[in-house]
Amino acid sequence: MSQVQSAFKYSKEHEWVEVLDEGRVRIGITHFAQEQLGDIVFVELPEEGAVVKADESMGTVESVKAVSDIYAPVSGEVVEVNRELEEGPETINSDAYGAGWMVIVKLSNPEELDALMTAEQYEAFSKEEE
Amino acid sequence: MSALKRTPLYPLYEKHGAKTIDFGGWELPVQFSNIQKEHEAVRTKAGLFDVSHMGEVEVKGEDALAFVQKITTNDASKLAVDQAQYSIMCYPDGGTVDDLLVYKLADNHYLLVINAANIEKDYEWMRQHVQGKVTLRNISDETAQLALQGPLSEEVLQKLTDTNLSAIRFFHFKQDVNLAGVSGLVSRTGYTGEDGFEIYVKAQEAPILWKKILEAGAGDVLPCGLGARDTLRFEARLPLYGQELSQDISPIEAGLGFAVKVDKPMPFIGQEALKKQKEEGAPRRLVGIEMIERGIPRTHYPVYAGEERVGEVTTGTQSPTLKKNVGLALVKRQYSELGTELDVEIRGKRVKAKVVPTPFYKRPKA
Repeated sequence: MSQVQSAFKYSKEHEWVEVLDEGRVRIGITHFAQEQLGDIVFVELPEEGAVVKADESMGTVESVKAVSDIYAPVSGEVVEVNRELEEGPETINSDAYGAGWMVIVKLSNPEELDALMTAEQYEAFSKEEE
Repeated sequence: MSALKRTPLYPLYEKHGAKTIDFGGWELPVQFSNIQKEHEAVRTKAGLFDVSHMGEVEVKGEDALAFVQKITTNDASKLAVDQAQYSIMCYPDGGTVDDLLVYKLADNHYLLVINAANIEKDYEWMRQHVQGKVTLRNISDETAQLALQGPLSEEVLQKLTDTNLSAIRFFHFKQDVNLAGVSGLVSRTGYTGEDGFEIYVKAQEAPILWKKILEAGAGDVLPCGLGARDTLRFEARLPLYGQELSQDISPIEAGLGFAVKVDKPMPFIGQEALKKQKEEGAPRRLVGIEMIERGIPRTHYPVYAGEERVGEVTTGTQSPTLKKNVGLALVKRQYSELGTELDVEIRGKRVKAKVVPTPFYKRPKA
């Protein structure tokens, strides 16, 4: 399992952003984040249609011991939610960049992507956080 | 910022790949591998915990028993040598100073085992209330403690000693046991709801004993951290000071009346207040709650009955053994009946729950 996906962009709160088509992005949390959290037992995601704002909490991910906020790395409207995570939150642990994806957001402000880190920048950043 | 305290076993944590956190000023492992795996190991085989951060205070002298009786709620006069009891130290209003174990090592010689986060506070409290011929010694720094817990504990530990461990009954102990060359006090006590032992040794011998136990366990013993320790004790409804007990929560409210002997022969601090609570019923009660709707209750989450706030969650999690979202909550007495429907406020949302019996887990009878 790759620690970092080279084509994705990353936030300081350990979310990854995959640019799709038509101004949409797919969002999840990184391999580093799921490792720090331990076994994930519960996920709370925004509903379809919800408006999210960059750097604000859009949901939570819970391990046995702790609750962590998921921060929206970009602003926009939630157009798709990964419902599979309701029954299988542990997918985030086993496949953080693939089946563990959380939401798809239609960007309201595409310039925000420029403020995110590249894969190399994120790799260096997360090494410091360890 | 002052450095975090470390137990004698700290050098071994790295070797095991443990993830450490700041636990009341101590750098301790929250897990070695995975909380769920560690929790399951203790329930099905065995787990080994480094609990050296706990505090130990020696009480010696002609008036040792009188002193112990004065500051604790349980009746220490019932103890035989090599027997221990769970007890509580209370303030005059019935609030809790700490919960602890009282070990009778010999006539006029007791060992009090207290919570790591409260060592200074407890020792100061004890010194304040000393009277008569009593000497206190805080031996926490020179004493280490390992806990081996789970159904295979006795089988594993027996490999290290000629002492017949099956002869040590629950809440009894043996002193100066030779464990593969390490001398220790071995007590059949624990904080997990499983059979097991708590082993007290000199601090510098702890790393050797840790290694020997894991070797003897040959894969059946997993090193376990605080994460699993908390989920295990929670399922067994064992209180954690700072959550189920505090200066503002009495042992009666926490359902620990069995350790509060209001009629014991010697007066103790908090006796009048606790006697009143026992007779009239305490204003609040600790209950088990199970979520009906989706969500996990956590410490300090408010609990509502309709629009009225009636209490809060003391500890909550997804129980690894039951795979259910459950918690302990301190609520107004009138909402403590089994089946009562309550709402837990989880990050601004009211989520339905109901009062259920505890403990959530009880180990099967041998």
